[in-house]
Amino acid sequence: MEQEQSFWQFVVQQSDKLWSQTWAHLGLTLISLIIAIVIAIPLGILITRRQKLSGFVLGFAGILQTIPSIALLGVLIPFLGIGPKPAILALFLYALLPIIRNTYTGIKEVNPAVIEAAKGMGMSKWQVLMKVELPLAFPVLMAGIRTATVINVGVATLAAYIAAGGLGEFIFGGIALNNSNMILAGAIPAALLAIILDFLLSLVQKINFRSIRIAYLVFPFALITLSSFYLLPTQIGGRMLGGFTPEFMGREDGYLGLRKIYKLGIETVVISDAVMYKAAFEKKLDVISGYSTDGRLKAYDLITLKDDKHIFPPYYAAPLVRQEVLDQYPELEGVLNQLSGYINDSTMTAMNYKVDQLKESPEKVALDFTMAHHLYKPARAAGHGTIRIGSKIFGEQYILAQIYKILIRGNTNLNVITKSGLGGTKICFDALTNNQIDFYPEYTGTGFLVLLKPDEKTLKGLAGDIDGVYHYVSREFKHQFNIKWLKPIGFNNAYALMMRREQAQSLQIKTITDLTNHLNQN
Amino acid sequence: MIKAENLVRKFGSQVAVNGISFEVKEGENLILLGTSGCGKTTTLRMINRLIEPDSGTVFIDGVDIRSRQPEELRRGIGYVLQNHGLFPHYTVAENIAIVPRLLHWKNTDIRQRADELFHKLNLDPSIAEKYPTALSGGQQQRVGLARSLMVNPPVLLMDEPFGALDNLTRIAIRHEFKALDELVKKTLVMVTHDVQEAFEMGDRICLMDKGEIKQIGTPEELLFSPSNEFVSGFFREQRLQLELKSVLVTEILPGYPEKEITVWEKMEALLHIRNDDSLEEQLKIEDLMRAFLAYKKK
Repeated sequence: MEQEQSFWQFVVQQSDKLWSQTWAHLGLTLISLIIAIVIAIPLGILITRRQKLSGFVLGFAGILQTIPSIALLGVLIPFLGIGPKPAILALFLYALLPIIRNTYTGIKEVNPAVIEAAKGMGMSKWQVLMKVELPLAFPVLMAGIRTATVINVGVATLAAYIAAGGLGEFIFGGIALNNSNMILAGAIPAALLAIILDFLLSLVQKINFRSIRIAYLVFPFALITLSSFYLLPTQIGGRMLGGFTPEFMGREDGYLGLRKIYKLGIETVVISDAVMYKAAFEKKLDVISGYSTDGRLKAYDLITLKDDKHIFPPYYAAPLVRQEVLDQYPELEGVLNQLSGYINDSTMTAMNYKVDQLKESPEKVALDFTMAHHLYKPARAAGHGTIRIGSKIFGEQYILAQIYKILIRGNTNLNVITKSGLGGTKICFDALTNNQIDFYPEYTGTGFLVLLKPDEKTLKGLAGDIDGVYHYVSREFKHQFNIKWLKPIGFNNAYALMMRREQAQSLQIKTITDLTNHLNQN
Repeated sequence: MIKAENLVRKFGSQVAVNGISFEVKEGENLILLGTSGCGKTTTLRMINRLIEPDSGTVFIDGVDIRSRQPEELRRGIGYVLQNHGLFPHYTVAENIAIVPRLLHWKNTDIRQRADELFHKLNLDPSIAEKYPTALSGGQQQRVGLARSLMVNPPVLLMDEPFGALDNLTRIAIRHEFKALDELVKKTLVMVTHDVQEAFEMGDRICLMDKGEIKQIGTPEELLFSPSNEFVSGFFREQRLQLELKSVLVTEILPGYPEKEITVWEKMEALLHIRNDDSLEEQLKIEDLMRAFLAYKKK
């Protein structure tokens, strides 16, 4: 095996990318924060004047805060597309609540006797606000801005999901690729950014607001605003645009292979697979890296391009089980292997379509499937032991986990708990090796490339060899991790490049080579 | 100088002030006296338009205050609050300079006037650069008064100005304020619930209850010819002391050399001397008391 790269080597090697990601991260955070400040402070002041509005405004901002960030980003795509715009809007919405609330609280907590004295001495409403209320509310207000800043630095990592850049690219790429150096290279600068920004703002908080003129604040404020826009990734667009997941971007059997073997020269952005298909459908992206059994292929009328140079290895799904569990419950292996041969690519795509698009529950789809194929048996009394099934965070894995649950409950006296929604390959595999789960469905190609990381020679020798890859991973996993690959289920959920059907047809692109040629000509 | 006509003010369904009229002459001290919730503070605030009446009018120097800008009006009226209302983020010097700055005074003028008031109010010049929280309650109240006197307004409104102080400090500061030449010339309207304070500070007292005036007149008038049961009841507990305070020695002993001294003050002075035993005073407390009782019988 190759000597593993140290963290420092990784940082040095990727320093250009690291800087650009850090700047983009800073840019996203600051712009959204500044817009939030400009809007939230007047709003906070307004609701101290119009008490009746305060419940509504604070409630609404509170609701915004509770929307899961990735869901919010997804909702914004049809309106704003992908890239920095929806990311800034989402970050802006998250920053609203702490600033509005602290402005409101800060002003409300000013001693009423002081305000009455100010009025009684003949200050105008504007003077009372600027000379009394805001200066006295300033520390509380700044605390709100600091909270918003720290939240935004954190949430801005998710901008990587919608092609807005930032340190999330490294973090999510690292999680997907089982590369701790990459995770840390994203996470450490993000943490430092949060700490540094918070520290700088704590200095501002101590400024004696009254001793400096407002005019002196305007200049640095404007400077930061303008420079923030400069920090953003340059606007995307123009020719065809590829949107690839962080995982795909870093893989030999992904973007790296496309560059090396196909010489594909396409402009790319990093995006989450949760929004990628939709973005392709909305014509925000032209080429995406999907999975060949994904139900959304059917829903969004996308087609896969033929991999005519065979860079994508086979991705046959099979249960990956800890040997200790098989030794403890010998009946398990036979039960899990029952599924082998029942699901081909189109069966799987159809089931995925039901879950992803028709919104049927994975439980129901799994039940219908086992009934139709006479695999279903009523659950037996449990008590012999407990099997923990893991699954990654997408529909297909949920369905497989549910099918296995039905099989185990129907054929053994074992109890089953499912731990579904484990973030990615690395998280799932770490859960398995750390005895947090007993098995999960994995793909041969993933096991081969991501978990084993074979050298160049092995890679070339086995590319495109279905059985060869399976035997290689079976042997190596047994040897290295004492983990067993059971029989493949039957379908091949390989990586594939995808395009909208009508665009591919009008440009007469059928294979990846066609795509490369088309890009070279234009 | 100040004339209030038939003021009415409601808060929701509650009537805070119900048809109040009074007049304050130039240089006079009027005390609005009453228990909590009687409408005295609301009445006071209607004079500088911090509260607008539902109906009725206030005239200052014959001018309807509604015809003036509220801010401009207030800058010309001194205002002292119970909790002093000093800006916690301003130093004492800056606090004092607020109204002069609103009126665009020159810095040298502000400093000169501040020095003058510091001297008159027995304030140590070293506190000028301190923040209000570093001062004692008595000092805070003096600074609050200095702030309201800076631009030498002809009218001064005081809302329980000694209310937040402990008993001894309150009495001391009250005496000091009363003797202050700056205050003697002012037209002053003061709110209090403290009967002793009202009798000491007021030329006339306006006794209020439930938003209405029960009686308005000099302390003596209220004490010796109450116009209704409420008024006599209000003073019952402290009657003797109040009587002693409202009668001058010259009234019971005509031709007594010391003018403008009340029986109460004279008694205090005599007690003091007796403890001292240094001076031989011809007048005895017993004589004074006898004369007072004889005066009352008339």
